[in-house]
Amino acid sequence: MTHRESRRQTFYMYLFISPWLIGFLLLALYPILSSLYYSFTNYDIIHAPKFVGLANYNEMFHDELFWKSVTVTLKFTFISVPLQLLLALGFALLLNQKIPMRGFFRTAMYFPSMVSGVAMSLLWYWIFNPQIGLFNYILSWFGIHGPAWLMDPDTALYALIIMTFWTAGSGMILFLAGLQGVPASLVEAAKLDGAGRFKTFIHVVLPMISPVLLFQLIMGIIDSFQVFTQAFVMTQGGPNYSTWFYVYNLYTSAFKEYRAGYSSALAWVLLIVVMLFTAIIMKASNRFVHQEGGGRK
Amino acid sequence: MKPASTAPVSNLLTNPVRRRAKPDGVKIASFIALIVTTFLMLLPLFFMVSTSLKSSREMLRFPPTFFPESWSFGNYMEIFDTLQFGTLYKNSLLIAVVTVLGTLVSSALAAYGFARYRGRGNSFWFMLLLSTMMLPYPAIMVPQFILFSKLHWIDTFLPLIVPSFFGSAYNIFLLRQFFSTLPEELFDAGRIDGCSEFRMWYTIALPLSGPALATVAIFAFIYSWNDLLAPVLYLSSSDLFTLPIGMSSLTSSRFRIPPWHLLMVASVLAMVPIVTLFAIAQKQFVEGIVLTGLKS
Repeated sequence: MTHRESRRQTFYMYLFISPWLIGFLLLALYPILSSLYYSFTNYDIIHAPKFVGLANYNEMFHDELFWKSVTVTLKFTFISVPLQLLLALGFALLLNQKIPMRGFFRTAMYFPSMVSGVAMSLLWYWIFNPQIGLFNYILSWFGIHGPAWLMDPDTALYALIIMTFWTAGSGMILFLAGLQGVPASLVEAAKLDGAGRFKTFIHVVLPMISPVLLFQLIMGIIDSFQVFTQAFVMTQGGPNYSTWFYVYNLYTSAFKEYRAGYSSALAWVLLIVVMLFTAIIMKASNRFVHQEGGGRK
Repeated sequence: MKPASTAPVSNLLTNPVRRRAKPDGVKIASFIALIVTTFLMLLPLFFMVSTSLKSSREMLRFPPTFFPESWSFGNYMEIFDTLQFGTLYKNSLLIAVVTVLGTLVSSALAAYGFARYRGRGNSFWFMLLLSTMMLPYPAIMVPQFILFSKLHWIDTFLPLIVPSFFGSAYNIFLLRQFFSTLPEELFDAGRIDGCSEFRMWYTIALPLSGPALATVAIFAFIYSWNDLLAPVLYLSSSDLFTLPIGMSSLTSSRFRIPPWHLLMVASVLAMVPIVTLFAIAQKQFVEGIVLTGLKS
């Protein structure tokens, strides 16, 4: 590339990415850095921030509610994300066969994912109602007397976990796309070598779709660290703080108690934990995830 | 011209992984498993619709009736009195449509810059972009709130729509992957014809990117339509409330008994734009997922 050509390329690159670049500096980098500063201050948004050193962090680590929110969020993440991925993969494998009504099944499985957000929370608020809801009605078909779900501190979090299974269809679509990328010739070859269904899946199919799995795992964890809607609409963090999610805690301290300094410290801990988790998974995945060799098609 | 990688999409529909014709045990078991799970998945949706048409008295009966005894279509009017449903709907639609436009234009520009020009620092900024995909919004919402309050944007739609005009990392990534697959010759031809760089973006790159742009539009719409946290932070006047804010008030203690039938009416109505979008763009959306999802 000539010097002039290289300068031209650089010029146009920056021209085109400038909307994002400006946004990144103003709406991501600046907030991240300023919240690092706020996290060392006492700040109520109205009066000027007052420097207090590590007091916010110190308070956080001695705050029972902080630890409660960490426990709730981690428990939710570690149960719901793997199970949801497993379900999504299972559905995708079922549908990746030549089976009657495939199109119908695929659409039907994906359909619930269109009822996300508050609408989904309202629907499941009713489903989990112990007196009139659908869930305990279905359990009663099997002679089971269901618990009080959202109204019982012992079951509320599990109710919210069960609810996430309903949207496994969106992950299923991504897995199906990944499965389509597995060359039929590879599967045939494994068969000829005498590999059964299970072995073919473990040694041929699973490595081929491992990038999709990795992507969904990371995104799933990041998403479930940010649960807010369910807590806000269905439980208000209760009963007895059993669904006091991390972001709900952050929201409360920032916008109910107007403690911008303390909540900035919470935000930074969240940021560090997310980065840590991503780094660990990426590192571990180097050994397990199949990298597509060569360049693009 | 169609990009080469559309082939897997047709495979999805026609090309079975295995060629054996005779049904076997695994297939029959799979079919039964699919019937059972689909039934369970669709049951809540069925009850959402049927409940939305029940009277408030029938709602409180256990076990729940599958079909309404008397069809209360009036519920769909009642919601407009209980909540200012028209205003909520209009606000949410306005914000979502503007957000989609902003996301499309800004993300397509940035993605084109990343995909087409090997300028200095390209890979550095791209890595940075990828890492912002992992940036949780709650981690920056407090300082963003302070920033927007200094601009006197509180209780306006601006904090909800302006950020979309600066691109979103995931969508830029998705579009960049797509733009990278466009053949170089097209742009060479454009250059010979004397097209400006900007003109090549919208006369060559954009028209060839239908499925990818549709996917981005759907993602952006759903995100904005469902977003609860940001509107809750920024909007305080009830005539500016969005649908999720209004709907979330249905579970508040202002109702002694939750108006169950209205909860379902609101949920059904909130679903309408999303289902419509999917119905229109389903084929493009699946293609977009396949084209870009594979390379993630």
